[in-house]
Amino acid sequence: MAEGRAPRAGADGKKFERRRRAAAAMAEEAPEGGAVRTLPSLRRLSRALPFGRSHGRLIVPALCSQEKADPQKTAFVLRKAWTLYSVTPLYGFRRARLRDYARLLGAFIAAEKQKGLAVEVGVELDIKVALSSLADIRGSELDQAALLVQLSSRSRSSSRNSEDKPVWLGWFCSVFGDELSESVPEHFTCLPLFLSHGAESYTALVGSWFQKTFDCCFRRLAISPLNLSWMVAMWAGCKLDRAASAVELVFSVPRLAQPLDISYAIHPEDAKALWDTVQKTPGEITHEEVDVFMDCLYAHFHRHFKIHLSAAKLVKISTAIASAHCDGIVKILHSQYLPGVLMLLTELAISQIQ
Amino acid sequence: MAVLRPFDKLPRLNSGVLLLVGSDEALQRQLAEAILHEKRDFNISIHLATSLPLPSERDHLRPRMDLVVFMIDIKSKYSLKNVETSLAYVDASFFLGKVCFLVTGVGRVNACSIETNAVRKLGETYCSPVLFCELELEGVRAATAQRLVRMLRICAGLVPGVSALSFVSLMRKSDDD
Repeated sequence: MAEGRAPRAGADGKKFERRRRAAAAMAEEAPEGGAVRTLPSLRRLSRALPFGRSHGRLIVPALCSQEKADPQKTAFVLRKAWTLYSVTPLYGFRRARLRDYARLLGAFIAAEKQKGLAVEVGVELDIKVALSSLADIRGSELDQAALLVQLSSRSRSSSRNSEDKPVWLGWFCSVFGDELSESVPEHFTCLPLFLSHGAESYTALVGSWFQKTFDCCFRRLAISPLNLSWMVAMWAGCKLDRAASAVELVFSVPRLAQPLDISYAIHPEDAKALWDTVQKTPGEITHEEVDVFMDCLYAHFHRHFKIHLSAAKLVKISTAIASAHCDGIVKILHSQYLPGVLMLLTELAISQIQ
Repeated sequence: MAVLRPFDKLPRLNSGVLLLVGSDEALQRQLAEAILHEKRDFNISIHLATSLPLPSERDHLRPRMDLVVFMIDIKSKYSLKNVETSLAYVDASFFLGKVCFLVTGVGRVNACSIETNAVRKLGETYCSPVLFCELELEGVRAATAQRLVRMLRICAGLVPGVSALSFVSLMRKSDDD
């Protein structure tokens, strides 16, 4: 415990700096004109509003790339439950060879499905693989463009021009992952965050192909309760131009014969009002502020129900921006804050790799 | 509200008294049992408390405490808050080597509700050693129990030539490297 103290403090400082940037990025994105309330209202929590409403007024931040990002291209990310993985840098990955990779990966999946029987590369297979670059999802200049892997099944019975049915989606990305990409040697590609949506068997297949081909390592990225409380504080304070859904925290009570979950929902305006009274400088979040914010919520709950939520484990948070589960499952709901959310997740992935 | 003092009572012959303070009673009891299983050449009595102050009504029956161990579970923020509020009821002279912080749940990074730095800072503020362990594993629990028994021996004054204060300053030396 003693040996790592000095560097640890340094790392924390850096982490803090990065979070500050994330917070600043979120603050910049916030549209003007939202009425700020100073006291939490006693209004009862209304039912969450649906998310269907489009937002014409908002501009996707120019944060993700130099050219203006197209919200259509990143729309597939939203409102899907993504399972998170951290990936060590890929060795010998070349973006010009995406088409070859897709063919090889397709053959690999087919071979695995046939329990190791040889498969001819290039012929029509049941599962179609497509690899593509997503230039829109990146943070700084140092970041590699995101890489999308799509698996779709060919429908045999129907006619040729019918659309392939998507069965699995996965993408690698790095948003402000400078910390890692600065330190790796040549021939390595840093895309530390991997998100998958679909059957886990496909995730395992694609993961093992990437591990074999690019000598990298996939690991599930769990989110600790501490990081979840950071997320809820960061996201509860974000301004939105439309009625948002409730801020919800789910706790699980440890050491009970039967599992017991406690759900704590807060009106989004109340959560924001509370955060506004806690936050000292806009665009900057400190550890103490997150602590105070959570303590206020715990104290409020204790006053009413005489339960110390701080003794339970925070397992899930959901806000209008995104929801996150401690097992490493994330759902992003708002395209405007996509870079901020991905930046935080990239940071977590990098800290797991290191 | 009685403040816990280290020297307000006479010690008992050839015995050491340990006070475990922690919000998780099941873990506390397991640790106490592990301590009682340890081989030793002096009598140990263990007092369990979820928080301080201790009730004042039976204070005259309570022996002198030689070592206070504050248990913090890294998975529960409440346990840290509980310890922080309890610390106010401990006399300052206790912190001359007769207090230690025991952090359990270490290694479960994914279940962390407390930052390890916060606990370290607590140890520094109160000039007391911080021990990291995982009480849910039997082997580590036994090793921790052994460690605490040895510390208790020193704190109870049963090791000639070593006082609690000299021991804790030794611990600090190794900690600062």
